[in-house]
Amino acid sequence: MRNRSKGKLGTWDWQVFCKDTIEGEVMPRCFGSGGNTTYLDWMLSAWGWTISVALLSLVVALVFGSLMGILRTTPNRGLVLLGNAWTELFRNIPLLVQIVLWYHVLPALVPPLQGLPSFLLVVLALGLFTSARISEQVRAGIQSLAHGQRMAGLALGFTLPQTYRYVLLPMAFRIIIPPLTSESMNIVKNSSVAFAVSIAELTLFAMQAQEETSRGIEIYLAVTGLYFITAFAINRVLHFIEGRVRVPGLIAAGDK
Amino acid sequence: MLNLDFAFLTPEVITGYIAKGLIFSLQLTVVAMIGGIVLGTVLALMRLSSKSWLVMPAAAYVNTMRSIPLVMVILWFFLLIPLLTGRPLGAEMSAMITFTLFEAAYFSEIMRAGIQSIPKGQVAAGYALGMTYGQTMREIVLPQAFRNMLPVLLTQTIILFQDTSLVYAIGAYDLLKGFEIAGKNFNRPVETYLAAAAIYFIICFSLSMLVKKLQQRIAIIR
Repeated sequence: MRNRSKGKLGTWDWQVFCKDTIEGEVMPRCFGSGGNTTYLDWMLSAWGWTISVALLSLVVALVFGSLMGILRTTPNRGLVLLGNAWTELFRNIPLLVQIVLWYHVLPALVPPLQGLPSFLLVVLALGLFTSARISEQVRAGIQSLAHGQRMAGLALGFTLPQTYRYVLLPMAFRIIIPPLTSESMNIVKNSSVAFAVSIAELTLFAMQAQEETSRGIEIYLAVTGLYFITAFAINRVLHFIEGRVRVPGLIAAGDK
Repeated sequence: MLNLDFAFLTPEVITGYIAKGLIFSLQLTVVAMIGGIVLGTVLALMRLSSKSWLVMPAAAYVNTMRSIPLVMVILWFFLLIPLLTGRPLGAEMSAMITFTLFEAAYFSEIMRAGIQSIPKGQVAAGYALGMTYGQTMREIVLPQAFRNMLPVLLTQTIILFQDTSLVYAIGAYDLLKGFEIAGKNFNRPVETYLAAAAIYFIICFSLSMLVKKLQQRIAIIR
């Protein structure tokens, strides 16, 4: 085993990723075989967890965020209050505290939640946390439309839900794609907080692999790179969607 | 069904466990806010300058910081600072440095928007009066930019206060940690986490209400 000066800057040892996680031996093809795993295997599986947490949370956040954002623009004061309360509640408690609440507190208070895997609890926590921010954007998007559009819809005999479905939301969602894009990238970054409840995602991998191998710089660089790639990929996908759904002449092209 | 019992949260427990953490969380917030705004203003001025050797490093710094998860930034600095200085640094000190440098990136985007909101004519007027670049910025642009952006800067500070809980990753003793240790020692984790959430909510909610008030008043002045 090479014994390079541990932890000093300037000496790289990328072979750390080819090492077996138990024996510490460098594997010939970098991937483990026959039940053994290398740090590379571990990191890729952690990347998978990061992506799963982020994407599922994004779905939860979009569903609840849209619903609450819409409620906040209805003429019904009770619904507006509900939407506002939801947003303030999930916006004013730190994400880490919310994740800890979902993981340690809610299953103790609500027994049916005890059967859920911690992965789903984290998805709910991150999703609802982000839903507060998405509800702000949805509300702003709807309110940015001219008031006449709502009145025109109602005047044409649409019910309120129909007005939302056919008149307001199609435009509002197009308008808020850029902030939704940055929120989707935030969700990738925020998924890192799941390390606190032992979800085997990238940040937890980084912390544990750093401790085991003392090659922190190589490991952190790789993990940081994977976060970059993930966030960038999401950015490109949403940018593509933005281009595809653009209504010609109505919204200025958002070329970056 | 579980019985909640907050009786163990006596004044002694609160001063013994929680006050220490709260003080650190607030300290960290204030240090990172002041340091971050100062450094962020410098970065913003660099990005708005006409010299590309100033623009590029500032832009690279801001974009890099903004695209890495905060937890990873905390871990990076905790790893790198002792390697660069050759001395181990406490988690608390490391957190102060990390948050200042990290928040500077976010504050610089806010200040950049603030500076750009000042009409160019005012800068031209400053130069026409014979003021130097430094004087124009100090006397004319920055005071207005700062005032226009005050609500946004404060909102960012509330987010910063929430984010300080992430020092959990390196084990610094902050507000959440104080609650957690009290919960472990008295075997009441459920109650302490609930209390922690309540405290964070009360602080952040009341601050954001204040910011809203301030925003309305500033809107009237304009």
